[in-house]
Amino acid sequence: MALDQSGRQAGTAAATGMTARFADSLRRFFDGDIWYSFTHSPVAMISALVTVVFVGAALFAPLVAPYNPFDLSTVDLLDSELPPVWQDGGDPRFLLGTDAQGRDILSTMIYGARISLGVGFASVALAMVLGVALGLLSGYLGGIVDAVIMRIADVQLTFPAILIALLIDGLSRSVLPRDLHAQIWFYVLVLAIGLSFWVQYARTVRGSVLVERGKEYVQAARVIGIPPLLIMLRHVLPNVMGPVLVIATINLAIAIITEATLSFLGIGVPLTSPSLGTLVRVGNDFLFSGSWWITIFPGAALAVLVLAVNLLGDWLRDALNPKLRG
Amino acid sequence: MTPVSGNRPLLQVEDLRVEIRGRRGTLVAVDGISFEIGEGEVLGVVGESGAGKSLTGAAVIGLLEPPCRIAGGAIRFAGDRIDDLPYEKLRRIRGRHIGMVFQDPLTSLNPLYTVGRQLTETILTHGDLSEKAARRRAIELLQEVGIPAAERRIDQYPHEFSGGMRQRVVIALALCANPRLIVADEPTTALDVSIQAQIIGLLKRLCREHGAAVMLITHDMGVIAETADRVAVMYAGRIVEVGPVAEVVRRPRHPYTVGLMGSIPLVGHDVERLTQIEGAMPRLDAIPPGCAFNPRCPHAFVRCRQERPLLEPVELTEAACWLYGEGERQRG
Amino acid sequence: MIAFVVRRLLQSILVLLAVGFIAFSLFTYVGDPINNMVGQDTTLEQRTALRERLGLNDPFIVQYGRFLAKAAQGDFGISYRHRRPVAELIAERVPATLELSLVAAVLALGLGVPLGVYTGLKRRGFLSQVFLTLSLVGISLPTFLIGILLILVFGVLSQDINAALGFSLVPQLPTFGRGDTVQLGWWSTGFLTESGLLALILPSITLALFQLTLIMRLVRAEMLEVLRTDYIKFARARGLSNRAINFGHALKNTLVPVITITGLQLGSIIAFALITEQVFQWPGMGLLFIQAISEVDIPVMAAYLMLVGFFFVVINLVVDLLYFVVDPRLRADKAVAAGQP
Repeated sequence: MALDQSGRQAGTAAATGMTARFADSLRRFFDGDIWYSFTHSPVAMISALVTVVFVGAALFAPLVAPYNPFDLSTVDLLDSELPPVWQDGGDPRFLLGTDAQGRDILSTMIYGARISLGVGFASVALAMVLGVALGLLSGYLGGIVDAVIMRIADVQLTFPAILIALLIDGLSRSVLPRDLHAQIWFYVLVLAIGLSFWVQYARTVRGSVLVERGKEYVQAARVIGIPPLLIMLRHVLPNVMGPVLVIATINLAIAIITEATLSFLGIGVPLTSPSLGTLVRVGNDFLFSGSWWITIFPGAALAVLVLAVNLLGDWLRDALNPKLRG
Repeated sequence: MTPVSGNRPLLQVEDLRVEIRGRRGTLVAVDGISFEIGEGEVLGVVGESGAGKSLTGAAVIGLLEPPCRIAGGAIRFAGDRIDDLPYEKLRRIRGRHIGMVFQDPLTSLNPLYTVGRQLTETILTHGDLSEKAARRRAIELLQEVGIPAAERRIDQYPHEFSGGMRQRVVIALALCANPRLIVADEPTTALDVSIQAQIIGLLKRLCREHGAAVMLITHDMGVIAETADRVAVMYAGRIVEVGPVAEVVRRPRHPYTVGLMGSIPLVGHDVERLTQIEGAMPRLDAIPPGCAFNPRCPHAFVRCRQERPLLEPVELTEAACWLYGEGERQRG
Repeated sequence: MIAFVVRRLLQSILVLLAVGFIAFSLFTYVGDPINNMVGQDTTLEQRTALRERLGLNDPFIVQYGRFLAKAAQGDFGISYRHRRPVAELIAERVPATLELSLVAAVLALGLGVPLGVYTGLKRRGFLSQVFLTLSLVGISLPTFLIGILLILVFGVLSQDINAALGFSLVPQLPTFGRGDTVQLGWWSTGFLTESGLLALILPSITLALFQLTLIMRLVRAEMLEVLRTDYIKFARARGLSNRAINFGHALKNTLVPVITITGLQLGSIIAFALITEQVFQWPGMGLLFIQAISEVDIPVMAAYLMLVGFFFVVINLVVDLLYFVVDPRLRADKAVAAGQP
C-alpha cells in the first residue's frame, strides 16, 4: 500500500515537473523575440489569421459550409448557374452563386479548400520528414551514403519540381488499375508532391549537421559513447528547426500551387473530390459564357490562401534571421 | 591632455555618444567618450568585446550603419568637424584623409576582382593619375608592404594569397591615398600568431614612414604594448583610463586596468595565479548607475554606485575613478 | 579545370541515361506495346510473330540499348494515338513551345534582374515597396490562374470595360491558339505575322510573371546580402563612389550566384510552359504531353521526357560552366594546392 502511494506520488511529481517545464518554456516563448516580432507585425498577424480561418473552415467543413455539395439531395439542376447574391438574378440561398449542376459555390470552395490544404500539409510533412532524415543521415554518416544521397539530390534538382510531381502522378494513373487508383489517389498525389521537394530540406539539414559535427561537444559526446542518432536528434535538430520551418512555409505555398496546377491540368485530384484547382478548371469552361463566378471565386480563395502562407513565410524568415535582428 | 608629440591634435573626439536602436528600445553603446590623437601618433584602444571600441572606430570614419547612429558629441579632424558632414563630403574624406583596416582580410577583399584592380580603382578615385601610372603606383605599394614578385601578383585574385599576405594587401589599400589617420580595427586578430608580429611591425613602420597616425583597436594588450604610444582603456562604452603606454602598463590606476594588466602573463615574471576579475562586463541594457565597473570593483564605495566618474589627471595618465583626483581629495 | 569539365560532362551523360532509363521503363512496364499497335482481329500467332520481329523478347539491356541508339537519332517510334512518327509530332510542336519560352525568358530576365537590383539598392523607397508587394502577389498566383485572369480581362471583359470607361483602354487580345505562322523549313514561326505576335502576348506574360517575380526577389535578396559584406564596407572605407560600389562591386558579386538561379529558372519556364499551353490551348509540346498522359500514349511521353531531360541537362551544364568562367575562386584550385605564400 505504501509502495502504491509513493509510486503515485512519484508519478504526480513527475507529471507536475513536466507541466511546470512545459509552462516554463511556453512563458519563455511568449517573452521571446519571435512572439514580440509577431505581435508587432500586422502583416504576420493578418496572414496567420487568414491561414487559421482557412484551416478551420477546411477542418470543420461539414459544420461551416451551408450545404454539402456531394449530397445530391440538396442539389437541384434548376438552380444551376445562378450569379452571386449581389448581382441580378442572385439568390440569397447561394451567396456566391452556383455552378452548372446547381451546387453552391461557397460550399464547394470550402470542401475544395479542405482537399487543397489536406494534400498541401500532408505533402509538406512527407517532404520534411524525408528531407530532414536524409539530410541527417547524409551529413552524419558521410562517405558513400552522403555521396549517393547528394548525387540523387543533384540529379533531381536538374528538373523543376512540378515536372517530377507531374510525372509521378500522371504515370501512376496510367500504370495502376483504375479502381486501385481511385482508392489511393490521395497518397499518390501526396507522394508525388512530397517527393518533388525533399531536396531543399536535406541540403539545409546536411549543411547544419556538417557544421555541428565538427564542434567539440559532438566529439566529446562520441567519446563518451552516446549513440550518434541521439546526438543528432538532441543537438543538431533543434538548431536546424528554424530554417526548416521557413522552408516548410515556402514549401506549403508551393505544394498548394502544385496540387492546384495538377488538378487544373486534369491530373491531380479526381473529380469526385474536387480541390480548388479542379474547381477553377471546371469553371474555366464557363468563363466565356458569362458565368465568371464559377472559376473566379475558387481562384481568388486559392490566391488569398497562398498569399497568406507566403507572407507568413516571409515574416518567419525575417524573424528567424539572426543577422536582421535588432 | 596634450599628446606626446605636442602638436595640434589631428583627431579630436569630444563627448561622443553612439546609440543602437533595438527592437525594444534604444541602447547606448558608447557613452560620452573624449580622446585625441596627435599627428603621427599611435593610440591604442583596448577593451573586451562589446566595450564599444569598434563602434568608436566606425564613428570616426563615418561608417556607422543603422541601427547604430551618432547621438551626440563631436568629432574633429584637423580642426574641422566631420561627424555632421553630408554623405558626399564624408566620402571624400574617407580613404583620402582617414583610412581603415578591418579584421578579416579574407572578407575585406572582393573575391571577384584582382588585387591590382582593387588597388588601381582606389588610387584613381583619390588622385589624377593615368591608368598606367596608377598601376605603377599599385605595384610600388605592394612592394612597400612586402609582397614578393609584385608585378606578377598584382594580377592575382585575393584567394591566391595567404592570410598574412592578404592583410598586407589590405594595408596597402588603406595607405593608397596617403591618409593621415588610419583606423585599424583588430588588424591581426584573424591571423596566425606567428604572422601577427610581422603585420603589426609592418603597420607601425609604414605609418611612421608615411607620417600617418593610427587608432589601433584591439583586445590584445600585448600588441598595444609593442606598438602604441598611448593607450585608452575602454569599458562598457566609456574610457576608464588613458595615458602613455609605458605608464599604463607598469602603473595602472583604474581597478579595471589593474585587473587587465594582472591577467596577462609576462615573460620573466613568475606569478602564482593570474588575476581574474570577478563577474563580466555588463550588457548594454544592464549598465549599472554610477561607475560601470562598480559591481566588480574590489575598491568600490558609496559614491561609485551613485555618480559616474569622469577622466581626471593622475600624474602622467588620466583615470575615471573616484579613487583618484577629486575623489581622492574627497575621501581624504 | 579540364577535370571539372570532364566530370560535369560525365555527370550529364549519367543523368541522361537515367532519364532514358525511366522513359524506356514506361515502354516495358506500362501496357503492352503490341496491343496498342494492332487491331482486335490480330491472332495470337500474329502477335507473337510481331513481338519476335520487333525484338520485344530480347533481354532488357539489349532493348534499352536499342532504345537509346534510336533516341539519339531522333527516332522515338510511332505514336499510339496519332499513328504518326513521334519525331514528326514533336517537330511540329517544338517551335511553338520554344518561341513562347524564349519570349517569356526574355521578359522574365529583362525585367526581373533590373527590378531586383533596383529594389535591392533602394530598399525603402516607395516604388520599391510597390514592386515588392506586387511581387508577393506574383508568386502567390499560380500560373494557370494568371492566365485565366488575363483571359478574363483582355478577352472576355475588355469590351465591357471599355464601354464602362467610355474609351478604349483595354485591348482585346487573342486568347486561343497561335495565330498565323510562317514555315521556315521544318520550323514554324509566329514571329513574322501580326496575328502570331499578338497571340504571343498573353501567354508569354502568363508564363513570365511567376518567374519574373521569383528572379526579382532572388536578385534583391542576393543584393542585400552582398551590400552587407565586409568588402563593401571596406570599399566604402576607401572612399569609393556610390556608383563604383553599387555597380562595380555589389552588382558583379550579386550576378554571379544569380547566374545559376536564372539558368535553372529558364529550365522551369520550359516546364511551366505546359500549364500555359493548356490554358491558352497553345499547340506546343506541353499540350501534346498532357494529352499523351491521359491517353497513355507511351512513345510520346517517353520522347517528351527525353527531350525535356536533354534540355535541362544542357542548361545545367552551361550554367555550371558559366559559373566556372565567372568566379575566379573555382578556377585556381591548382594554385592554392601548389602552396603559394
